[in-house]
Amino acid sequence: MSNSFRTTNSTGLINKDKKINFTFNGTIYHGYEGDTLASALIANGVHLVGRSFKYHRPRGFLGVGVEEPNAMVQLHDGNKSEPNIIATEVELVEGLKAKSQNCWPSVQFDIGEINNVLNRFFPAGFYYKTFMWPKSFWMKIYEPFIRKAAGMGKAPLLPDPDRYEHNYEHCDVLVVGSGPSGLASALAAAKNGARVILAEDKPNFGGSLLTDEVTIGNMSGKEWASDTISQLKSMPNVILKKRSQVFGYYDHNMTVMIERVSDHIENPSKYTPRQRLHYIRAGEVIVSTGSIERPISFGNNDRPGIVLASAAKEYMKVYETLVGKKPIIFTNNDTAYSTALEFIKNDIEPIIVDTRDSSNGELVKEVQQKGISIKFNSGIADTKGHLKINSAIIGKLDSSKESFISEETVECDCICMSGGWTPTVHLSSQAGNKLKFNDDIDAFVPDKKRQKETAIGAANGSFTLNQSLAEGFQVGFDLSNKFTDQNNPTNSPNSNEPSYEKHEKLWCMPLPSGKKPKRFIDFQNDVAVSDVELAIREGFRSIEHVKRYTTLGMAGDQGKTSNLNGLQYVSKIEKKIVPEVGHTTFRPPYTPVTIGAIVGREVGNHYLPTRKSPIHTWHEENNAVFVAAGLWQRPRYYPRGSEDMNTAVNREAANVRKNVGICDVTTLGKIDIKGPDAPEFLNRVYTNAWLKLPVGKARYGVMLREDGMVFDDGTTSRLSENHFHMTTTTAQAANVLSHLEYYLQVVWPDLDVNVLSTTEQWSGIAVAGPKSRDLLSKLFPDVDMSNEGLPFMGLVDSSIDGIKARIYRISFSGELAYEVNVESNYGLYIWKKIMEEGQSFDIQPYGTEALSTLRIEMGHVAGAELDGRTIPFDVGLNSMVSQKKDFIGKRSLSKDAFTESDRQTIVGLVPLDKKTKIPEGSHIIEDNSAVAPIPKLGHVSSSCWSVEYNNPFSIAIIKDGKNKIGKNLYAVSPLKDISIPVEVVSSHYVDPEGSRVRS
Amino acid sequence: MLEIKCPYCGKRSQNEFSYGGDATIKRPQLGEEISTEDWDNFVYYRDNPRGKHSELWHHVSGCRQWFKVSRDTATHEIFDTCKMNEDFNV
Repeated sequence: MSNSFRTTNSTGLINKDKKINFTFNGTIYHGYEGDTLASALIANGVHLVGRSFKYHRPRGFLGVGVEEPNAMVQLHDGNKSEPNIIATEVELVEGLKAKSQNCWPSVQFDIGEINNVLNRFFPAGFYYKTFMWPKSFWMKIYEPFIRKAAGMGKAPLLPDPDRYEHNYEHCDVLVVGSGPSGLASALAAAKNGARVILAEDKPNFGGSLLTDEVTIGNMSGKEWASDTISQLKSMPNVILKKRSQVFGYYDHNMTVMIERVSDHIENPSKYTPRQRLHYIRAGEVIVSTGSIERPISFGNNDRPGIVLASAAKEYMKVYETLVGKKPIIFTNNDTAYSTALEFIKNDIEPIIVDTRDSSNGELVKEVQQKGISIKFNSGIADTKGHLKINSAIIGKLDSSKESFISEETVECDCICMSGGWTPTVHLSSQAGNKLKFNDDIDAFVPDKKRQKETAIGAANGSFTLNQSLAEGFQVGFDLSNKFTDQNNPTNSPNSNEPSYEKHEKLWCMPLPSGKKPKRFIDFQNDVAVSDVELAIREGFRSIEHVKRYTTLGMAGDQGKTSNLNGLQYVSKIEKKIVPEVGHTTFRPPYTPVTIGAIVGREVGNHYLPTRKSPIHTWHEENNAVFVAAGLWQRPRYYPRGSEDMNTAVNREAANVRKNVGICDVTTLGKIDIKGPDAPEFLNRVYTNAWLKLPVGKARYGVMLREDGMVFDDGTTSRLSENHFHMTTTTAQAANVLSHLEYYLQVVWPDLDVNVLSTTEQWSGIAVAGPKSRDLLSKLFPDVDMSNEGLPFMGLVDSSIDGIKARIYRISFSGELAYEVNVESNYGLYIWKKIMEEGQSFDIQPYGTEALSTLRIEMGHVAGAELDGRTIPFDVGLNSMVSQKKDFIGKRSLSKDAFTESDRQTIVGLVPLDKKTKIPEGSHIIEDNSAVAPIPKLGHVSSSCWSVEYNNPFSIAIIKDGKNKIGKNLYAVSPLKDISIPVEVVSSHYVDPEGSRVRS
Repeated sequence: MLEIKCPYCGKRSQNEFSYGGDATIKRPQLGEEISTEDWDNFVYYRDNPRGKHSELWHHVSGCRQWFKVSRDTATHEIFDTCKMNEDFNV
């Protein structure tokens, strides 16, 4: 079979001079440039493309564009594989590989089709009813089975190799859809000087003008479209985007559009993105999204070869392809007659079945003049043909149109059906527009808008060309006038199209006599008329409930072809008018969007920004293993030779206790605080007193949230009378700044204080250990480093090789220690300088693991203890809380729950065997042999290997901690299935008097 | 995504801002004697109105100013924004 369903004319948009080869289910076919996968398959006579979601019924193409519910395929192989792609939206490209999904072993012979034979066991709500019991079966048996049998394509397991980009755009007027009304409004708005973006989903602009036989001015519709596009292209204030679907309408006129950039290009260049996601903030949005043809429900209306009449016409006119050679046109309105005429043009005589008693429409007359007889007052009752339709049973309707009087079997190879037209209101509805029901067209149209959105043309229910153009030019001008003062309207040209008679309100055929074939409403979700009947019989009244019970209108399809037919049927059963039944919510995305496009370039290293200290390169050169601390990359430890982490960490920590260590603390948050009220402000922010801190001194401070929980801690120094330098933890740096700004700007604006982050202006280097004084004395010979000259919590300014340095005598390790701060750009130089001078003192760098070991041994609290659930008393910070003054969160500390004597408080833990390290997060319990539920006394917050005592040590927060010291308890980790007998000790395990830091 | 007019910088996208809660809450005075109930009302309890809500936003990735926004919690319509020391016009 080689394109045997191509027409001989060449009035379409494909290029028959350029062949394109592609593979479908392993067979090689060819199509032409301009084809979609769908049109190329149909041209090759392939209609069977997949199996349906639930019953595994053979399915073919229903539509020609985004409305296609059936023809979903798996594209490409390996890491490029992509499931659930609508074949009608895939442009043919050389070497394209596609295959059917949801079938095994093949689409022709699918084992899952047994579901269809057993369909009476699979009604709506089947899963809810059947798989409820026994409860234990759900996870192990039912769920895996259903997942395998139902569902669609397979997601690839490999990383996506393609590039996706994001773009942010602003414009005055965004026009969505380039049919007659869209083109008219874009032209009018652009000519009036507005900045316009025109978005079209398809590869060609023009919408219905590409398929309808109309004239505008003295041109054909198609020529007018092309002329208008050339005009727009020449205007600098217009952006034209094809292959671009506006799929979501969010708040404040933010729309999101996906552009297919390179899928249709054979060998795109390396950095061409596959898709681009555009965030468009538009002043006004014109929704000219047109309308979608409605199917009709009749027996076995889902067989391959049964298509929408408009789709059949577009395949002929745009793709020069016949959906069949023995067509039946089945309609309740006039528009399908244009499809009949297109067949006649190709020398094919269709059989026409019309539910109406008669019609005097121009197209109907034209068909009759060509000698074609029309079966009025008739409908299709049932169809035959397993993998492809081969005949239809046409019935004569009785006067009530509730049953057939007589039935005849007619051979055919396709049915082109039309149930009239549904305006595409998805975007308006997403924008918050309250839709109203229009009785004339039996469909919902936009009504009361919530955002700056205006529907025009068919999307607004205006189905004639004259109306569409008039609305387009008027609305385009009116809306653009909000943004420009040119006041330059464009007149609507005259247009000419056939007249249409009214459609019949009939979308569901009676059953054929003696049979009950399925009459589908929602093809994608396999929802038939009988499912809707069942849902209502079982008491589901709200349309939202019917939707969820039957799955009508859900998933990727969002009910594009099924919503209204479903509503219409519910209204018929319930004997309510459609507006009373209401409609379900239209949700974004209008069409499926790849996860890759949503993620954009935020993948791999671009997932988050990376912050590096100025000393980072030295750490890299010296074998540091890094750890993420928020966005920062910090050295975790510096292994030597074949050292494992524990050995390296113990060596680094022990060297601090014995000699001297150096640690990069640049990541600590730093905030410059200035102003006459700065001392008063700190006094309110911190729990301890700050008014009397002398200039040139640092002080440790703890700040709370208003609820009394510890928020952050750090040292803050007074540089001059009204100038302070605050440090915060690495993790809370940004939050502390926001917190300070909040109190200064919102709560106490009368305080004259300014705060500014200086985290990135300073590089901080901790030098810790008994030999640190000697080392610093050598580096800064001008500074008196003695205990009197620079006492604990003192600070001094000095310089080294002409570089200004500030030396703080502060300690996190519990040893005699200093922190040298220099301007960031000199951080690396000073670090190297200290390392160089430090060699004779046996200096070693230490990372965050050793840093933790040193602070845990000392019982210094950090993030693991300050976890937002502890007040100062819980973590041994009692002495930090001033009784004399008020401060943020103080009132909370006197609440009943916070003053209970047996609150969980901080303690130390040592395993009785002095060997087993206690996992962080372990629970502390009293009785190891107790039966669950065992009362939990608390948890282990931090663990380390004590280099001072050479055994494991942990900090825990346990109930009535102080009174548990000396007792033996158990640390249990159900995750690791271990239970460790421990002794409770003081959290200040090393140097509890704090003599070293003051030595 | 909302578009918020910072009274200092002009209209910016929501992702430059962080939300700061009810703008009508007044912190009790420092040192003020206050009942547990009143304190709890200040710390924990907030109205959750459907409709107009006066709230705080922080232009955290911008000028770092806190300011007031009058927003409809149901529709996200923003009626007005103003500096902390100003009142809404609408």
